[in-house]
Amino acid sequence: MSDDSIIIPSTTTNSLSKLTINDYSKTGFGYNPSIGTQSNSINNIETSNLLISKKQIILSTSTIPIYEKLHLISKKSPIEEITLSSLLYLFSEIIQWQFKNSKNINDLEARLNGLGYKLGIKLIEMIKLKDGYKLLKRDTKILEILQFIHGPFWKFIFGKQADELEMSQNNNDEYMIIDNLPILNKYISIPKDYGDLNCCAFVAGIIEGSLDVSGFNCNVTAHTSTTDQHPLRTVYLIKFHSNVLYRENIRN
Amino acid sequence: MKVYSILILNKAGGLIYQNEISSGLNKLSANDYLVLAGTLHGVHAIGSKLSQSISTTNNLKNTEELNSIQNSNILSFGKALNPNNNKSGLQSIETDFFNLYNFQTVSGLKFIIITSPNDNFENFETSNEIFRKLYILYSDYVMKDPFYSLDMPIKSILFDKNVKELFR
Repeated sequence: MSDDSIIIPSTTTNSLSKLTINDYSKTGFGYNPSIGTQSNSINNIETSNLLISKKQIILSTSTIPIYEKLHLISKKSPIEEITLSSLLYLFSEIIQWQFKNSKNINDLEARLNGLGYKLGIKLIEMIKLKDGYKLLKRDTKILEILQFIHGPFWKFIFGKQADELEMSQNNNDEYMIIDNLPILNKYISIPKDYGDLNCCAFVAGIIEGSLDVSGFNCNVTAHTSTTDQHPLRTVYLIKFHSNVLYRENIRN
Repeated sequence: MKVYSILILNKAGGLIYQNEISSGLNKLSANDYLVLAGTLHGVHAIGSKLSQSISTTNNLKNTEELNSIQNSNILSFGKALNPNNNKSGLQSIETDFFNLYNFQTVSGLKFIIITSPNDNFENFETSNEIFRKLYILYSDYVMKDPFYSLDMPIKSILFDKNVKELFR
């Protein structure tokens, strides 16, 4: 589909230039006291045309739609950047707020996951639009969507691709996305008595939400797997539901 | 200049972090470190009272300006604040066996380092550079850690690791 054939109502501003404030229909548009009750009725083509153009005027006065904004942004700078400090102060506050409400560590992880889930549902639409707008293609295979998450999706959120994408050797329904330096965990040290808590459960929630909403039902959990080089290395374990695998098998 | 030890005190004079970077000092018991921290805090407080009159006479600002600053401080904070915490109080102790440098942040937090003795004046500049780096590490790895509660002992593993790397 070429760009020309896409009709964006808000850019059709011709109606604005045609209409002036003195324009009115002979039979009236709205109530005209000199004519009476008849003035309210739509009884010829002219008036209905006017109504349509009136509708267009209302549309064109609305703010720029989100997809046009994205286009504007992508032309100027590919990624909008924010400061790391403000992001991490906010994230730290989110954790403290959820920590206060949670009963135990598992509950805290579930809460963080839930917060990310809501974000993921919304985020994937925008990133997909920004990234794959020209292709207009929907990912239907597990590997395709995972490569999208691993590549453009990660790049949009964190400014870099995830480091590794692996398939579990033991279970065919498990995949792993690995981040060597998760930016949200950069300054967080987990106290020893908090077990294997990983605050990137929030990011796991984002992944889960975006996969769920694109039709790949799954559970995502974040695990710390420290190596000497990367002390904060985090593995996101993605476990797909059986129906997703069933569908995948039918397609193959 | 060799750094032996680092202490961080909270604004009440409690020891919240202590790290032996390199051997050279006798080990103290945990309780003695707390006493040392409290003593240094007290000396600093008394010292700043001693030097307050000196610093105001040396200041180029006229008395009216000083009074207005003092008054606005009293109105907004409920007490008189010293405009610059690092121009008064205990700054360094220099002996034949060790040097001790002290740096106080805007919130009353104190960084103290104990170094090898050296009568070179450049030591003071070097210590300032160390304090600056420590301050950066503190504000990154301690203040941005959601599991740290203010004025409590610092247990952050990452902070510990980065402090060690700083003096490697």
